[in-house]
Amino acid sequence: MLRLEPRRAPSEAMIYATPFVAVALTLAAGCVLFALLGRDPIQAMYLIFIKPLTTLSGRAELAVKATPLILIATGLAVGFRAGVWNIGAEGQFTVGALTGGSVALAVYPAGGPWLLPLMALAGVIGGMAWAAIPAFLRTRFNANEILVSLMLSYVAVLLLGVLVHGLLRDPQGFNFPESRLFQSSALLPVLIPGTRAHIGAIFALVAVALTQLFMARHISGYQIKVLGLAPKAARFAGFCERRIIWGCFLLSGGLAGLAGLCEAAGPVGQLVPALPVGYGFTAIIVAFLGRLHPLGILAGGLLIGLTYIGGEAAQIALRLPAAAIAIFQGMLLFFLLASDILVRFRPVWRPRPRPTASSGPEPMPATTLAP
Amino acid sequence: MDLAIDILIGVMAAATPLVFAAIGEIVVEKAGVLNLGVEGMMIVGAIAAFAASIATGSPTIGVLAALMAGVLMALLFGILTLTLLSNQVATGLALTMFGLGLSSLVGQSYTGMAAAPFPRLDIAGLSTLPVIGRLLFARDALFYLSLALVAATAYGLTRTRAGLVLRAIGENHDAAHAIGYRVVAYRYLAVLFGGACAGLGGAYLSLVQTPFWVEKMTAGRGWIALALVVFAAWRPERALAGAYLFGGISVLQLHTQAVGFRVDAQILAMIPYLVTILVLVLMSADRTRLKFSAPACLGKPFFAAA
Repeated sequence: MLRLEPRRAPSEAMIYATPFVAVALTLAAGCVLFALLGRDPIQAMYLIFIKPLTTLSGRAELAVKATPLILIATGLAVGFRAGVWNIGAEGQFTVGALTGGSVALAVYPAGGPWLLPLMALAGVIGGMAWAAIPAFLRTRFNANEILVSLMLSYVAVLLLGVLVHGLLRDPQGFNFPESRLFQSSALLPVLIPGTRAHIGAIFALVAVALTQLFMARHISGYQIKVLGLAPKAARFAGFCERRIIWGCFLLSGGLAGLAGLCEAAGPVGQLVPALPVGYGFTAIIVAFLGRLHPLGILAGGLLIGLTYIGGEAAQIALRLPAAAIAIFQGMLLFFLLASDILVRFRPVWRPRPRPTASSGPEPMPATTLAP
Repeated sequence: MDLAIDILIGVMAAATPLVFAAIGEIVVEKAGVLNLGVEGMMIVGAIAAFAASIATGSPTIGVLAALMAGVLMALLFGILTLTLLSNQVATGLALTMFGLGLSSLVGQSYTGMAAAPFPRLDIAGLSTLPVIGRLLFARDALFYLSLALVAATAYGLTRTRAGLVLRAIGENHDAAHAIGYRVVAYRYLAVLFGGACAGLGGAYLSLVQTPFWVEKMTAGRGWIALALVVFAAWRPERALAGAYLFGGISVLQLHTQAVGFRVDAQILAMIPYLVTILVLVLMSADRTRLKFSAPACLGKPFFAAA
């Protein structure tokens, strides 16, 4: 039978190969899913993965979708490497959009070149502040950061709802729960005229480059990796765990906040209750798809971004349900995690060893173990 | 008086899904496995129950379908984490995302439909008693099952041999393996039990508590159940108390509006999440106590070298 044998050292080749294995398996499973839904799988795959890339507007939309995913995932991955599980990026994204957008609404209709930097700063600070809550509760009270950050995402989405229903509602909006449209100097400059691709894509590229540099060259990046791989060694070496946790949360929260602001001041252009669409959760998949590595995340973000745009096209062309894409993304994460086994283990074909006394169902009496 | 009884009945209805999910997760975590996919298993259970009961007209089959759906989701988690040794935190998250997507896909044709009313199970002789008759002895079968489950789990974990082995595996899987206990087999069973319970919790949600299908109707209850496990210090009877506390909070939130408090509904809706955070902080602040009550091998992968 097929058995698993531990490798002496993690396989370098497999580290890079498994994301491709996972994508291939997901595509195969996706074909089965689409066939089960009664759609032509080849056509669906073409619509999702190839067609959007053939037009300029498709490529521009890809940049729009991939930007928040890459920004958020880059920050999250740093934390995941240290074993700091910030699952609440959706909340930090929402609060970043809220604080950044509020700056524009507060000075409305004034504007100028100073406005966007101020909004970006407010967005980053908002995301950081929301992420500081789980960081504080974890370091001060030992509260599980996964549950706290996740609960805060629900709170953040409700908070956005409260504010656009009340304080931030458009005075001329016939009581619709929406803020007014941002003044033009509060909107992110468009990179390619005639499309929605905005300057946030540059932010994402800069974030990837800086994080890559930080993780590879800076002492803190090294400490983060050690804490994740060998927590005890990190403690013996005298690394301050508390500081690393704070750093990871502030970095990922700040980037998520920036992503939220880019969404509000970019394609959306106002604050609406439907602003958070799950990028904060999908970014977790992107982070793993990119092997928690900034450059990998860049590629992973583009691939997942493609499933969003292609998925929308397929929804219209094939009347494919929107949830099919969510399943697709969930499956990808499953296959990624499953194929991870190949990094540390080697499948070998070997007959099952004969059962020995100790593998029987009944435990041996303790007396024979300790004579 | 009638209002008070109605409120208490509402509390029970809100608490029962949490009881199911939290009890299941306690058993899973006692075996040393951290399954963060409770939310995903619950929502898949909810849609399975709803779809099956619409298709067959039988709530019983609906409940069984939810049970099976929860078990299948948990099996997926088990294969990934126990056989393929994947990271439990990430796999649990994947299970939740997958479950939310799957339930939306299956559920889109059921939106707005109403499930057949769930039958009441009056206990002969007791259901006609004043006040407590209506409150305790004229409920649905799943409510009684949830209470029985708490008692059975509390007894099973502490008073039976299998419970002892399960806890030993959760505390030190290497030692348990060395003595000859089948760590992976026990963990599989625990994970499947957790899935069945979460499925039942979902069924209660979509068949009894709000008998119609709404996308993402679990609204974080699976995560609250995970927090309840910490709150309960991994003890079933305390999880029951915790679930009723949370049920009380979520019902109170509805009734404050009925009484006429002028507070935004969305602010009130934040309360359960904020209380969850508060409870986590209160329970975790004492590090030594948390260390003693949490299973020592929680979340650690196990590979039998020999």
